[in-house]
Amino acid sequence: MTTAATGKPLDPSTAEPFPILAQGLLEDSQMRKNVRHATDVIQNKRRIVVGELPEWQELREAGKRIREHTMRYLDRYLEQFEAQCTRAGGVVHWARDAAEARAIVVRLAREAGANEVIKIKSMTTEEIQLNPALLAAGIHPYETDLAELIIQLGQDHPSHIVVPALHKNRQQIREIFRREMNLPNLGNTPQDLADAARLFLRDKFLRVKTAVSGANFLIAETGGVCIVESEGNGRMCLTLPETLITIAGIDKVIPRFQDLEVLLQVLPRSATGERMNPYNSIWTGVHAGDGPKSFHVILLDNARTRILADQEGRQTLHCIRCGACQNACPVYRQTGGHAYGSVYAGPIGAILTPQLQQMEHAQSLPYASSLCGACYEVCPVKINIPEVLLHLRDQVVRRKSALDPEALAMRIMGIVFRSEARFRAAQAIGRMAEAPLVRREGRGEGWIHWLPGFMGGWTEVRDLRAMPQQTFREWWENRSKPGAHDGR
Amino acid sequence: MKVSLFITCYNDTLFPDCGKAVVRVLERLGHTIDFPAGQTCCGQAHWNTGYQTDALPLLERFVAQFEHADAVVVPSSSCDAMMRDHYPMMAERIGRPALIATVERLLPKVYEFSEFLTRGLGVEDVGAYYPHRVTYHPSCHGLRNLRLGDGPLRLLRAVRGIDLVELAGAEQCCGFGGTFAVKNAEVSSAMLGEKVQAILNTRAEACTACDNSCLMHIEGALHRQRTGVRTIHLAEILASEEGDRA
Repeated sequence: MTTAATGKPLDPSTAEPFPILAQGLLEDSQMRKNVRHATDVIQNKRRIVVGELPEWQELREAGKRIREHTMRYLDRYLEQFEAQCTRAGGVVHWARDAAEARAIVVRLAREAGANEVIKIKSMTTEEIQLNPALLAAGIHPYETDLAELIIQLGQDHPSHIVVPALHKNRQQIREIFRREMNLPNLGNTPQDLADAARLFLRDKFLRVKTAVSGANFLIAETGGVCIVESEGNGRMCLTLPETLITIAGIDKVIPRFQDLEVLLQVLPRSATGERMNPYNSIWTGVHAGDGPKSFHVILLDNARTRILADQEGRQTLHCIRCGACQNACPVYRQTGGHAYGSVYAGPIGAILTPQLQQMEHAQSLPYASSLCGACYEVCPVKINIPEVLLHLRDQVVRRKSALDPEALAMRIMGIVFRSEARFRAAQAIGRMAEAPLVRREGRGEGWIHWLPGFMGGWTEVRDLRAMPQQTFREWWENRSKPGAHDGR
Repeated sequence: MKVSLFITCYNDTLFPDCGKAVVRVLERLGHTIDFPAGQTCCGQAHWNTGYQTDALPLLERFVAQFEHADAVVVPSSSCDAMMRDHYPMMAERIGRPALIATVERLLPKVYEFSEFLTRGLGVEDVGAYYPHRVTYHPSCHGLRNLRLGDGPLRLLRAVRGIDLVELAGAEQCCGFGGTFAVKNAEVSSAMLGEKVQAILNTRAEACTACDNSCLMHIEGALHRQRTGVRTIHLAEILASEEGDRA
C-alpha cells in the first residue's frame, strides 16, 4: 500500500476521515515496522539527553511561560519583529491565508527572475501547499533537506514534522535514489546514500539564486530569524542565494534573543534527542557582501488568530514543532503520519489541523487518540494536548444534529445517570437486552462474541463478558439487610 | 474510619466482584464502608466523548452524594482522574460559588483505591495471599494523571505467594480509550495486540491493574484468543486470603 504516493498534497479539507485512512495504512507492514523502529530510536535518545538535565521540568515550565507570554502579547511582538526586521534591511509581508502566502512567494520569486528555488525543510510551506503553486507558476522547487528530498523524489508526503521520511527505510530510499537520480549502481550504505544526495544537491546550491525557508523562531527584539538543522543544507540556502524568502506562522515569534536559552535547550533534546543541533543559524536582515541581498519574511496567519481567540484552544499555538508527541503517541506508532491527512500528524496534528481548518474539516482527528497522555508528558512547552482534544471534541459535538444516533444515545445515557431509579432500571434492561447475544461456556460463564451496529468494532477482535446476575449495589443492599450474613 | 465507596457505574454493573473486594480489604483493615445509594456515574464517558454539557449534572450528583464524606474511595483510576482533572473546571462552568468551594474541599479526600491504601492509610501489606504469577499494567490515567507511581506494585509485592513479573512496555496504552475502541476499532486493536503480546511474553496467569476498563479491553482479547490468561482488578488480589477457593 502506498496510499500517499499519489503526488497530491496532503489536504485536510479533502482527506478521508482518520479511521478510514488508518485502516488502509495498518495493512502496510513495512511502513509500520519503519515507524516503530524510528520512533523507538528517537525516544530512547530523547530519554537519555532529557535525563541528563536535573532541571528538565523547570525548563519545560519556563518554555511554557515564554510561549504563554508571547501569545498574550502576540500583536505587540509581531509589530516589534516587523519594525526590527525592516530596520535591518528585510521586507516583511503579511499573509491572511495560504492563497495569499503562495501568491506572495510566486511574485517575489518572479521579481527575482527565478525559475527554480532551493528550499529548506519547512512544514509551513507544506501547510500552504507551496510546491504545487510554484510548479504551476513555472518555478521548480528543489527540497534540500535529505528527508524532504526523499519525499519529493518519491512523490510522497511528509509523515512526521521533524523526520518527514521516517516511514521509509534505507532500502526504499535507495530505490528512490536509483530511479530518480539515475544511479543504477548505487550502493546500500548510509555513506552511499548521503554521497548521492550531496552530489545531487551541490549542483543546485551552486546554481539556484533564490531560496525559500521556514523558521523555527522569529526574534521580536532583534528582527532575527532562527533555524536549527542537522545537515548544513539550511546554511547553504541561507548564504549562497541572492534572494531569501522566509515563511513563518505568526506563532513562531518569541520576544527576546535570551528566550532561545530555554527554547534551544528543550527543542533539540525533544526533537532528535540531541543536546544541540549541529547547525544553529540566526540571520538578521541583509549585509553588504555577505549572504542574500534581498530578504523577505512572510508572516502567515491562516486561521492562527482564530485559534488565538479561543481561550482553551490557544495553547496549541505554543507548539515549537519538536515532534516529541508524535514519537510518544501509541496511535501514531501504529498508523504513521499519513493517516492524519495533514502535514501535521500525531497528537499535535490532531489538535492543530482541525483548528487550522476552523473545525470545518478534519473532525475525526480530535478522536484519533486514546487520551493516554503520553504526548502531554513529553511536550517541552507543556501543551496539555488531551485537554485540547476534549475541548475540540466538544466543538465537534456542538455541530452535530440532535438526531445523530450517538448524540441521542449520549443524551439518553445522561438522563439515565441523573437518577438512581433510572440507572437501576437501565441495568436490568441491559441484562435482558444482551441475553440473546450471550453464549454460556463450559463453567457457565457468559460471553458475548458479536455486537450489533457501531459496537461491532469491539467484537471484531475482542469478546465481552456478560453482565453478572447481580450488580454491586444489589449485593450491598442484600448484605446490609438485618439477618443477612456476609455474602461475599 | 468511615470510608465512602464510589463504585462507579461500570464497576457496579459489570464488575461487582471488584466492589466486594474493596469492601473486604477495607473492612479487614478495620474501616467501615458507606455506600451512598444515589450515586451513579462520574461523567467520564460524556466528558471524554465531547458531551461536556451532559457531564455537568453528574458532577452535581456526585457532590450531593459525597459532600459529607471523610474519604471517598474509587476503584477506577480513570474515573478518579476524570474527577481530579476536570471537576474544578466543570464546577467553574456551572458557576455556583458554593459548588466550586465544595468541589475544592472534597477533591483532596477522593482517592483511587490503591492510592487510599498507600498514601491515605500508609499500608502496603494488607494480609493478602495470592499464589499466582501476575503482571501489572499501569493504566494511563493512574500512571500519568494520578501519578500512582510504584504504589500498586508495593501493594502487590507484599502479597504472600505472589510471583510478580514485570510487563515490557508497561507504560504503553492498551488502546481502550473509551469510545476510541469503537470509533477507531482497527487502531485500537493494533495497540491491544502489542499489549496482549507483552502480557503473553511474561507467561503470567493473570494481568492486574487499578482500572477495570483497561482490563475489560485486555480481557476481551485474551479470551477471544483463548490464551487462558485472565484479568483481575488489584483489589481482588488484595482481598484474597489463604483458604479462599481459587
